Amino acid sequence: MKSGIEFVSDDLRKLQADDFANPGMLWVARGEKIWGEAAGNGGKSCAACHGVAAKSMQGVAARYPRVDPGAARLVNLEGRINLCRDRKQQAQPLGPESDELLALTAYVAHQSRGVPVSVTLDMQNRKDFERGRELYNRRIGQMNLACTHCHDRSWGKKLAAETVSQGHGNAFPAYRLEWQSVGSLQRRIRACFYGLRAEMPPYGAQELLDLELYLAWRAGGLPVETPGVRR
Amino acid sequence: MLARVQLPRTAKPGEVIEVRITIQHSMETGFRFELDGRPIPKNVINSLVARYNGAEIFRAEMGSGIAANPYLQFYTVARQSGAIEISWVDDAGNRGAERAPISVTG
Ligand code: HEC
Ligand code: HEC
Repeated sequence: MKSGIEFVSDDLRKLQADDFANPGMLWVARGEKIWGEAAGNGGKSCAACHGVAAKSMQGVAARYPRVDPGAARLVNLEGRINLCRDRKQQAQPLGPESDELLALTAYVAHQSRGVPVSVTLDMQNRKDFERGRELYNRRIGQMNLACTHCHDRSWGKKLAAETVSQGHGNAFPAYRLEWQSVGSLQRRIRACFYGLRAEMPPYGAQELLDLELYLAWRAGGLPVETPGVRR
Repeated sequence: MLARVQLPRTAKPGEVIEVRITIQHSMETGFRFELDGRPIPKNVINSLVARYNGAEIFRAEMGSGIAANPYLQFYTVARQSGAIEISWVDDAGNRGAERAPISVTG
């Protein structure tokens, strides 16, 4: 099993490894600031409840998406952060792909850098997982291809200017040169839908969460890289 | 606008030190379009200045050729303790600044 970083150019590999030059670290730094700022009617910051993120958030991202006990549904890390915005801070949830949500997610996920991805399958997430696996293997779009056709059967091959990787999500949120920004795993998956000329599910859609869970399961053991750098 | 400035925390007098800067900025080239066809106005950081205890030590004029979220690096000589301050302005008139302290002993 290979992380996507093994398929990028030397330049990008160096950029990701350089904690200062890696542009994704700007979002991590922004997330660190927001972590300490009081928000919402509760008047509390993330830090007020969770303390030092390096301790409290270490390893957390590696376990997501998971079925949240309180919400009783599958949530990804962005969704879990927004649950805290809503319920613990009484603040407006942050919009999908907003700079603030990307920054907080990148900051929280960065605390798990190097921790192996490990989601556990159980009775609660079994259905989500099975739907994710089914969609991953289903032909979609005008290109009539499934995720598996590229990311299991064709990795290592060239597609236009890119080398197809195994399609793991362990680097996200990641900085993509094409986006000139950090983006979420859902944004990356939506880009593959777009490439296949398939209808893109909206951010937060159950299909995308199911796929995220399936991807996390098949990436089991790969280290979290956030913030990754990709083309 | 968020920026990060990196330099050694301590240096000896006369030592050559590396200063690294990254700034979160879209560096709009003026050549891109919204989905509805409207052009996105050019907006880049057009000038950036570094001052060491108030004295200018580095200046960069930038244009459309620089990628988003620019990274810059330059060298200077450590003289006295204090701070290096970076400040910049973009085409829209937004200004930003960030500083990093340095202690020079030896
Ligand atoms: C036609 C081939 C193709 C198909 C089909 C495809 N992708 Fe991709 N995918 C790519 C390319 C090309 C990239 C960018 C290079 C790479 O693989 O990292 C990519 C990147 C990714 C990445 C990021 C990997 C990384 O490390 O940055 C993920 C995750 C991903 N795809 C998931 C999916 C999912 C989920 C599906 C099914 C909905 C899918 N892809 C379908 C071609 C494809
Ligand atoms: C008022 C206290 C409080 C505040 C403020 C708060 N949280 Fe939480 N957070 C909790 C509690 C308690 C849990 C455990 C789950 C639950 O009870 O809902 C939790 C769970 C989490 C989890 C999941 C941890 C895991 O092990 O799965 C993450 C991630 C998280 N919070 C991030 C944040 C972020 C980011 C912020 C700021 C935007 C924040 N929280 C603000 C109390 C808080």
